[in-house]
Amino acid sequence: MADNSAITQKSRAEQTTPETTWGGAYFTPRVDTFETEDELTLFADLPGVSAEDLDLRYENGELFVHGKVQSRRSGRQAWLNEYEVGDFYRAFSIGESIDSGRISAECKNGALTVHLPKVEHAKPKQITVRGG
Amino acid sequence: MTGSRWQLFNSPLWNTLHGLQREMNRVFDRWGEEGGRLFGAAVYPAVNVWEDADQVFVEAELPGLDLKDLSIYVTGGNQLTIKGERKQSTPGKGVWHRQERGFGQFTRVLTLPVNVDADKVEARFENGVLRIKLAKHESAKPRNITVKAE
Repeated sequence: MADNSAITQKSRAEQTTPETTWGGAYFTPRVDTFETEDELTLFADLPGVSAEDLDLRYENGELFVHGKVQSRRSGRQAWLNEYEVGDFYRAFSIGESIDSGRISAECKNGALTVHLPKVEHAKPKQITVRGG
Repeated sequence: MTGSRWQLFNSPLWNTLHGLQREMNRVFDRWGEEGGRLFGAAVYPAVNVWEDADQVFVEAELPGLDLKDLSIYVTGGNQLTIKGERKQSTPGKGVWHRQERGFGQFTRVLTLPVNVDADKVEARFENGVLRIKLAKHESAKPRNITVKAE
């Protein structure tokens, strides 16, 4: 089966990683994508990111997600360090035609949902076949 | 290709790796015994634990979790349990193209190196990050010992 995925993650080579000013690491958030007749929906896990610290951009058919995470590091004695904290970044190219004016997003409990509504002509249409 | 991969299983290298894996499990077992099976990772959630003189701090990333589906308790003086369920809502009629996030039930039991006061546990859940502050039990706090000169 051909790759019919409407949202393709940009491959490593073409991914434009922003330069950091603080030398910290960027993490790739875990993402789910869902498609209905009317829209594409993208879900991303961004723990520690508030709505204000989220930079979400749609440009030339590409969606950029950048979540800034406030440093929670402390100089105190660590017992267990199972994960690192840093900003999240991921870029996607969207195959479908999106009505960019109607894109909406919400972030709740560190989980981001982006609604990308399809333009009218990209929606599937039922074609009535008349008998002769 | 397949052949060389299978050979690895019988090679001394594989045995070494396997031994290392066992050792890693053993080391981790000191801290947590149970992981969320549905999350793919052996142990969920991953935690960071640190201390100062009076308190123990535990932090875990639990994105998309509702506070009402989370419970935290302290038992036996030094056992901290983080238990919860991340529920998935189906967005309607459509098709998934990508599914990387995990859902389901999880339990993690941490054996803390010191006893804590079960009545003095504070927890905050903000932007999918859980922060727990546990006050060390009096007996576990460092003490200054006054040395008397004769």
